[in-house]
Amino acid sequence: MGFASALAYRAEFLIWVLAYTMPLIMLALWTAVAAEGPVGRFGERDFAAYFTGTLLVRLATGAWVVWDMNFEVRQGTLQRRLLWPVHALLTYLAENLAALPMRFLVVAPITLAATAWLGLSLWTTDPLQLSLIPLSLLGAFLLTFFPMAMIGTCSLFWESSIALFDLWLAMYTVLSGYVVPLELFPPQLRGVVELLPFRYMLAFPVENMTGFLPRERTLHDLAMQWAYVLAFAVAAAGLWRVGLRRFAAFGG
Amino acid sequence: MSPASATACYKCAVIEVDGLMKHYSVHERPPGMAAALRSLFSRPKRLVKAVDGISFRIDAAERVGFLGPNGAGKTTTLKMLSGLLLPTAGRARVAGHVPFERRPEFLSSIMLVAGQKQQLLWDLPPAETFELNRAIYGLSRATFQETLDELVSVLQLEELLQKPVRQLSLGERMKCELAAALLHRPRVLFLDEPTIGLDVTMQAAVRDFIRRYNERHGATVILTSHYMEDVAALCPRVIVIDRGHLVWDGSLGDLVRSIRPEKRITLTLAAPAAPEALAGLGARLVSVDGTQLRLQVPQAELQGVVSSVLSCVTVSDLTVEDPPLEEVLADLFARQSP
Repeated sequence: MGFASALAYRAEFLIWVLAYTMPLIMLALWTAVAAEGPVGRFGERDFAAYFTGTLLVRLATGAWVVWDMNFEVRQGTLQRRLLWPVHALLTYLAENLAALPMRFLVVAPITLAATAWLGLSLWTTDPLQLSLIPLSLLGAFLLTFFPMAMIGTCSLFWESSIALFDLWLAMYTVLSGYVVPLELFPPQLRGVVELLPFRYMLAFPVENMTGFLPRERTLHDLAMQWAYVLAFAVAAAGLWRVGLRRFAAFGG
Repeated sequence: MSPASATACYKCAVIEVDGLMKHYSVHERPPGMAAALRSLFSRPKRLVKAVDGISFRIDAAERVGFLGPNGAGKTTTLKMLSGLLLPTAGRARVAGHVPFERRPEFLSSIMLVAGQKQQLLWDLPPAETFELNRAIYGLSRATFQETLDELVSVLQLEELLQKPVRQLSLGERMKCELAAALLHRPRVLFLDEPTIGLDVTMQAAVRDFIRRYNERHGATVILTSHYMEDVAALCPRVIVIDRGHLVWDGSLGDLVRSIRPEKRITLTLAAPAAPEALAGLGARLVSVDGTQLRLQVPQAELQGVVSSVLSCVTVSDLTVEDPPLEEVLADLFARQSP
């Protein structure tokens, strides 16, 4: 149904996809900077590869559950979901996952175009890293979804939690590698940043698929990613349970 | 004042409610900029006792009307019984489950249909919502198709299944909502103003459908409605709630006889009657409208008054009925006012 709903508004979906321009802007910006000389170990080609990967990961792992939750709580339409004999978080997850095929319709040609432009060296050639691309993307999606679901659940307490999500999004923009590769952070900060979940939402799958991640770190970082997924999943379920007890179900 | 139903079967109660309460803490803020700024630091709260200790039992296959003025606590009670709201205090069991535990077996055996809310997916045809419900409730294809065919036939949905919900009229949407709600054959059906906004034809169709569903499948139906035609047509038993308290639980007929032990006589005269003729009828004159008179008479004096009327004036039509349910309830609520 999520896929069907996404198809119902084809023009809106296309506009939404076109709105994901930040990685392309960063690509243009950083390649222009690197034209004067490499920044760290990133030359022009490296920046192009990194931000192409960023665009692909961002398109493939986005979620919107926080807006759905806030809307349904304020409009009183959460009732429909709560009457189903399925945990509400699972229904939100299914709806967000169901729209991914539509996104991959966009990701696939971009991937092909980027490969044609930059060559196969755009991607890692390591068999381990290649095989872990799907799992790392799934982990990135879930690590996007569950914190969003937690923030959305706060609307059961506060009626609206969009401002809290804006704060989270600001932190994500800086700390996930979305605008600056984490490798370029000052060493004093890099250690802290690599402990935070944001890296595993974007930078880790990008570095893995482009081969920027040292092979010996791959499994460790994958484990960190999925440890965060598990932690946020449990936290989201717990917060939902508490929030439902506070839910006032106003509206009709 | 409120005798319990004489036919209660204590071994087969589907719904058991004991001292159920729901209290809300509501923030209040007067209008104006100053009040808005003050509310940043301090917001006065008020405790609202939406439901304040109600108890009742409903047996399997009963149809019960749940009545009360706006804000009485009807919808809040239905939401607690369907697991949407955590009660503040008290106990409730529905179909053998504690509603707020929200077990899948419980949610699969009930449905709440609210006339003002929808479960249909707005951007997609109703058929897609039906398929979604089939998957969610784990219905086999055969069971689903059999139930769907029945619902489509009875509710005349053939032309509507492929149209996006946003393009359906209110009446068409309501029929599809009922179909979506009943696909999994719930044992307990909570109907919160299901005919609101519908025209009289559609209201009658929905009422007829609910009665047939109850009779055919033995489902327990709890209905709230401000349309007394719904209640009179569907509910032999009514529970009346006012300001969070239960004020009546019994048959509709007993309620009417208890509050307004009178009959309403409507006369259509062959010609307008002279005032002297009207004075001798021996009943309270409620209204005069040309050749149509409405009289109110105590039940015990009905035969005498009718005989007197027929001897005083020439009557072309005469009906005897209970006072309008709206007036009965208005009297009941007026008696409850402090």
